[in-house]
Formats: sequence, C-alpha cells, structure tokens
Amino acid sequence: MNSTLISPANSSYLGIPGTVLFVLIPAVGALVFTYIMAKRFAPLLQMQHDPRLNQLPNRFSRLLKFGIFQWRQPRYMFAGVLHILLFSGFMVLALRSTALIFVGVVDGFHGDFGVVYGILKDIAATLVFIVAFIAMVRRGIFKPKRYEVPSKYGKDHTGEAVLVLLLIIGLVTCDMMFEASQAAAQIQNGFEPQQMLPTTGPWVFTLLFAGVTPSVLQTIHLSSYLLHELIFFSFLCLLPFGKHFHVITSLPNVFLGKNRKGIIKPVLWGVTDEELDALDSIGVKKFEDFTWKHILDFYSCVDCGRCADNCPANAVGRPLSPRFISIKCRDYGFKRYPLFGEKGPEDELLIGTALEEDEIWSCTTCGACEEECPVMIEYIDKIVDVRRGMVDEGMVPQSLQKPLSALEKRGNPWGKMEKKRADWTKEEEFSADYPIKIIDGEETAETLYFVDSITSYDDRMQDLGRATARILTDAAIDFGILGVQERDSGHEVGRFGEESLAQMLREHNTEVIKESGVKRIVTADPHAFNALKNDYKDLPPVEHISQTILKCVKDGKLSFKPVEDSTKVYTYHDPCYLGRHNETYDDPRQVLDAIPGLQTAEMERCRDRSFCCGGGGLMLFFEPEEEQRMGVLRVEMAQQAGANVIVTACPFCLLNIEDAIKVAGLEDQLEVIDLVELVDRQILRD
Amino acid sequence: MEILVCVARVPDSAENEIEVNRDGTDIDRDSLVYSVNEWDNYAVEEAIQIVERDGGSVTVVSVGDDESEEILRREMAMGADRGILLSDDAFEATDGRGIATILKAEVEKGKYDLILTGAQADAGAGEVGGMLAAMLDIPYASLVNSIEVVNGQTLKVGREIEGGNSEMNKITLPCVLSIQTGINEPRYVGIRGIRKVASVDIPVHGAADLGITGDAVAPHVHRQDYFVPELGDGAEMLEGSDEEIIEKLIELLKAKGGLK
Repeated sequence: MNSTLISPANSSYLGIPGTVLFVLIPAVGALVFTYIMAKRFAPLLQMQHDPRLNQLPNRFSRLLKFGIFQWRQPRYMFAGVLHILLFSGFMVLALRSTALIFVGVVDGFHGDFGVVYGILKDIAATLVFIVAFIAMVRRGIFKPKRYEVPSKYGKDHTGEAVLVLLLIIGLVTCDMMFEASQAAAQIQNGFEPQQMLPTTGPWVFTLLFAGVTPSVLQTIHLSSYLLHELIFFSFLCLLPFGKHFHVITSLPNVFLGKNRKGIIKPVLWGVTDEELDALDSIGVKKFEDFTWKHILDFYSCVDCGRCADNCPANAVGRPLSPRFISIKCRDYGFKRYPLFGEKGPEDELLIGTALEEDEIWSCTTCGACEEECPVMIEYIDKIVDVRRGMVDEGMVPQSLQKPLSALEKRGNPWGKMEKKRADWTKEEEFSADYPIKIIDGEETAETLYFVDSITSYDDRMQDLGRATARILTDAAIDFGILGVQERDSGHEVGRFGEESLAQMLREHNTEVIKESGVKRIVTADPHAFNALKNDYKDLPPVEHISQTILKCVKDGKLSFKPVEDSTKVYTYHDPCYLGRHNETYDDPRQVLDAIPGLQTAEMERCRDRSFCCGGGGLMLFFEPEEEQRMGVLRVEMAQQAGANVIVTACPFCLLNIEDAIKVAGLEDQLEVIDLVELVDRQILRD
Repeated sequence: MEILVCVARVPDSAENEIEVNRDGTDIDRDSLVYSVNEWDNYAVEEAIQIVERDGGSVTVVSVGDDESEEILRREMAMGADRGILLSDDAFEATDGRGIATILKAEVEKGKYDLILTGAQADAGAGEVGGMLAAMLDIPYASLVNSIEVVNGQTLKVGREIEGGNSEMNKITLPCVLSIQTGINEPRYVGIRGIRKVASVDIPVHGAADLGITGDAVAPHVHRQDYFVPELGDGAEMLEGSDEEIIEKLIELLKAKGGLK
C-alpha cells in the first residue's frame, strides 16, 4: 500500500515516539486488565466444587447454538436482532482491533488482511455504529420498561448502558477515521486507496475528508489512532465492572451451563446423601457457599431483564426479580472481594445483606427465567441452595412449618391419615365399575399409577385420580396404586430446601416401588412426574399420563367421540413441570387434536413461555406478599386468547386456575378442566 | 440467664383425627402422631432468643414416658442446650398438681433464673405453670406475650388481657412465666437437625432421683368420661362436599346478616 501519511509507529506524540507510546498503552492496559481479572476470578477458587466439564459434545453444541448463533436473542425480536448484529460485528472486528494494536508498534504494518476482510470489517464497523446508535436512542430516549430499576434495587442503570454504547461508537468511529484519513490522503496524491464498499462508514468519511488539507488529515490519522487505542483499553478495563462483563464471561458461561433440565443440584457436589448429616452446615448461607459457576453466572448477567419480564412472581408484585438476584449478588461479590484492600466480613450472611427471606420463598421454581436467559444463567439451583441454608438455620415461614411437619409424620402436607390415602378409590359409583388394584405384595401389576398427595386427599382432585384410573382401565393397562404405602413424592420438599426430608420420602417410595416389581410408572401430576423421573434414581421408566394417552390413541386403544359443544374454544395451559422442565409440549396438544370437533387456540404465552399458575406442592401453603394472584393473570391471558375452556394437565394448575377464575369473576365466561377429565369425558366406550 | 422450659408431648390436633374411644375413657390413640405442645415450642424459642441476646443456657424438661425423649431432642435441635426426661412408673396416672410437684423437684435440683411453661397444652388444663410457681413460692405471670430482660433481677413482661390488649408488668427473678403463642416465630427444626442431636445423652430422672414418693404425685383429679356434645337446638351440621358446605355457609351468613 502506498502510504502518504506518517504512520502512528513512525510519528511522535508530544515528543513521545509512537513506538514507545503504543507499546506503553497496551502494556498498561493489559496489566490493569489482568490485575482486575485476577481479582475478579480469584474468589471463584474459594467457592464450592461444581463439575462442569462433562458431556463435552453437548457443551460445544450448546455453545454453538446459544452462544455463537445467539439462539435465544430473537425471543425479543427487536432487541435480539440488534444484539445479533452487534455481536457478529464484534466478532468480525475482533481481528481488526487486535491488528490495530500492532499498527502503532510495527512500522509498515497496516493491519490489513486482504480485500475481503477489509470490506467485511468496514461493513461490520458500519453496522456496529448504526446499531449502537439505535440501541443508545432506545435505551436513552425510549427507555423500554424492562430495564427499569425499582427504587428498592438502587439507581437507574441507563447511564452504564449508554456509556458503553458511546465507547463502542467511539471505537468504530476512530477506526473509520483512521482508515478514511489515509484513503483521502492517498486519493489526493493520486494513489489508489484500498477498496471500500460504498455507503460503509469508512467510505463516507473518505468522501467527507476529500477536501481536507494533508496536514489536517495527518492530525486526524494520528489522533484517531491514539483515541482508538485509549478507548479500546479503557473499554477492556471497564468490562469487569458491570453488565458488560458478559462480553468476556457469557460464552464460557453458556459452555459451562447445566446439561439437564428438571433436576436440582445436589447439596454439595461429591457428597453423598448419607454424608450430609455429618456436615456442619448445608446450603448457601454466605457468599462462599455458592459454587464457582454460580459466581460466573452473576458476572455474566447482562441486566437485560428478560428473566424478570417472564417471572410470574415479579409480574404479581412478589418481592422477587431474578434479574436483581444476579445484579445484587454480583455487586455484593464485587464489594466483598474488592480490587484493593481486605475481603468483607468472614461470616456475613447473604440473607439480610444481598438477599431477603421473602424474595427467596417467592419463587415457584417455574423456570421461566432460565428458559429466557440468553446467557443461560441458573436461578432455581441458587434459590434452592439458599433455601437449604435457611432451612438449616430454621428460617422457615410459619405457613410452611406445619405442612413440612405433616409431611414428616404423615407423608402428606395436610397431615391426613396414611390409611386414607386410597380412599378416593372407594367412592361408591366409581368402585363398583372400576375396582382399583392396590399393589401391596399380594397384588401385582405391570404399571404403577403414582397418585401423589393432592390427588389422593383433595376432594376436587380426587376426581382426577378417578378419571386417570378410568382411562388406564379403558386402555386395558394392567395397573395398580401403592395405596397406604405411597408417600408424597417430595418434589416441593426438596425444592423448598428441606433436602433431608425429601430424601426420606424418596427412600421410602423408591423402596416400595422397587418391591412392587412394576415395569413402568404413570402419573397425572407433573410434579410427581418430574420428581420420579429426575430426582429419584433407579426407578422403572416414568410417563406422564398425557404421554400414555397419546400412545394409546396412536395404538387405537383409545378413541374419542366428538365434543358436544363445538363452538367452545379450548386453550392448553402448559404446566411448568411438564412443559419447561421436561419439554413435553406436544403430547397433550396432540391428544386434544385427536378429539373430533375440538377447537383450540393458543395463548400468547404458551409452551416454553407458559405462565405459572401460582405454583404447586408447598407453594399452596406459602402466604406471599403479592398484589394479585398469578392464576388471575393467567386466566386473563386465556380470555385474551378467546378461549372458553382452559385445559391443563396438573392438579395444582387446576386448583389455582379454578380459584383464579372465581377471583377474577369470570365464572360465566371461562372454565377449566384437566386433560384427564376431558379425555375421560370424551372416551368412546361401548 | 439459666432458663428451664417445661415441655410436653401431645397429639397434634392438625395432623390427627381425634375421636373419643368406645368406652369414653380416653381419645382413640391408635395411629396418632405426636409432637411438642405448640405453646411449649413458643416458650423454647423465646428462651433461645433470650440466651442468644443475653447469654446463659436453655434446659428443656418433660414429664412423660420414653417416647417424650423425641420431643426433647427436637427442642435440642432447635437450640436448647440440655434435655432432661422425668420418667417413672409412679408418674403415669398423675394429674396437673402431680406434674407441678415433679417439676418442682427437678427445678430445685438446679439453679434456674427463669422457668417457662406453655400457657396450656393441647390435652391439658393450663394449670401447671401457676401451681409450679406457687409450690416454688416465686412470682408468676400467665399468658405472656413479650419478655424483655431489664437486668439480672428483673424482667419486663407483656401479658395478653381481655380484648387482645396488653398489660406490661415488671417481675423479679427467679419467676415462672406461662407463654402464649404468637410471642415469637419459632424456628424450623429440620430432619438433619434432629439427626444431629440423635446421640446426645438425655438424663432420665425417676421418683427416687427427685426424692418424691408415689403418694406425692397420686392424682386427686380423676377423669370420669369423655363425650362428644349432643347436637342441641340451633346447631346445624352442614353436610356435603367442601364446596357445598362453603356455599351453604355463605348463604346462612348472608341470611342472618353476617355478610353483606
């Protein structure tokens, strides 16, 4: 290339030779950056063990899909597309920015990588410029609600976002001016400059610089380079101070994410259930009780608010926002491990400093936040871990102590008698036509119907038990129940942090199920389904009734008569533990589609964006601070979808939605029915 | 402050279906589950909180059979430092006065600044605290719903009085207080906590250890009969499913002007 301007490496700034200055800036920048990063990552070594290097193919494909291809970004279309453009721009410009560092040091090096890359990076720089500008207008002027910071969580974060966008704009502008000043000088001297794509930023600047005198071009050339280097290294060193830390941590965070859904992490990795009793303390009480990956999560939070925007607890005004769990803990960690000076107080508890009790109990573990997070931050494991710590300290709301004690003594949260667990089978009309086998050593069966507590004891939910039993019988499935031998699956017990009790319940049920000799398990309660499938070990395969029904329909074992009233519109509400946690979205929908004449409509929030009804298990007993019920919001969504009937596939959803319809005063417009009741109603019987 | 809390093991009304047995002499005790008397649990929590603030130790004591050990362990898992079981065949059929007599003997073996009881027990008559104080000849306050330690000799205690009002009293130590529920929020005791104190030694004191004779605790009050009250006029049992009962109840309340 014909260089008509003195290159930064060949010039001097205020008497300092370029080669010295441009070794100095990167050297100081790199040093400061390394120091900050070392300080940020040193605490991770003190955190709990968390094995994250298993199943590498799975991890790489996730990195590709969610990291490189930004899979979740378009879930928020406008912001998502902006981010994808910005991200791909950054990817292209990374090489250029690195190369530019050497331009100031090595005379004669221009940081070029051929015409194709030259054009590509001009496009990228232009895109980044435009996108950053739009993003800045969006954040600074339009201020989408999602980014608001409620006053209890501190000051507005707009400044931080806009500052970083300004730095990005500065960075690409300097690069463009650096390149354009050279090109303009070359044109003035009759040389052919490097090819530029018309309408890209460097091309525009070259046009603008056409009439500028050579000496001014020289000044622009040198000062834009200096400014580029200064901004570049300030930006780098600024990253680990806020949400832009994600530029560094998010790809590793996606790679190191959780491999399996539906499970909760063990109390401590590498410690068996039997060894738990010997530990002095369990759960997360202070910052260092988190695992290192959980700290990486905090560092990776982009403050985008998508989690909170989808969180049902946040939507009803409970004191919980997943976003601020991350932001508060990140800031707490920064303060606890400062860049200079001493670590924070050794025994300081998180509850009362970074977190609050009610905040942690407010979570229904629905998983909407985790489903949405573009950088795959885990919330449920952290919340469960903090609950474990609170349970260990005795910090459990009175409203939950009774059901927990009843679960310990009677194996169900209502404290009902064990011997009455199978009473739902004894209803006269039902028992005459459908005698239910109780697998107790004498009787055996191929399939176990695991009923769980709410269906066993709640008056209304017993209907679901009977409907399920009728369906299984009509499909000619050889099944039985455990009766008095069954205990609560302990699904919420574990998720509310009482791991030892959950363990007791699991051990009991596992033993009884194994002794029963059944070949498979069916349940109509997604919470039991998730527990048996994901929390329990070494059980026969577990199915949700919707899966069983669909198979029977496909095999021709069950067929349906047309609906009586074909004007009614049905909408399916995905239970969290069937949908998000176990990705069973289609089976229940296909069952609905198999019913002749049944009209369906989807709610806007369906499938993996389903909105929790209010939570199951122990959540029924918890008395949260809230402005309204989650269920009420949910039935309003069904109404908006134009539905007359909400179909769900979970007794807790049914209970919450039934209540919500009454609270919302929509009894004459909406009804709710469980999938098993609907199927039971529609089965074609001889 | 050295605090002794008297606790009892009772069938928990929330987790049992209490029915009178066929001959009316007792409730049907088959398949009952037991727990610590709710009022006593509040008393233990209060004692633990006082000790956490002002130092000292908490001892829990129970008159009962071997199975009462389970509730002592639960209270120790909660944070009580020691447990003592007062058990003897001679104690079995005793009455409220007898229990107070047994407790008095145990109190005199130690040196306690403060003795707490529950205001009443699920199965009891709310009588032990007062009798114990009288026997020990020390001050007594009942239905206590707040305790503030003024100094080593004095407490300021709130008592629940008519209409939900409170009265504030100064009381000198040592004294006996009977504790009302709601004085605090008792902490949760998890399975792991109980397992951790499973092997802690709990001394058992019998009549001989306490220096009392069977006569001293022989009952003077004899239970004659248990019965479920007859349905009188004006009482109406609502029947049906929960839903139906609720609907009928609302109708009735509306009809009688209870609901507008």
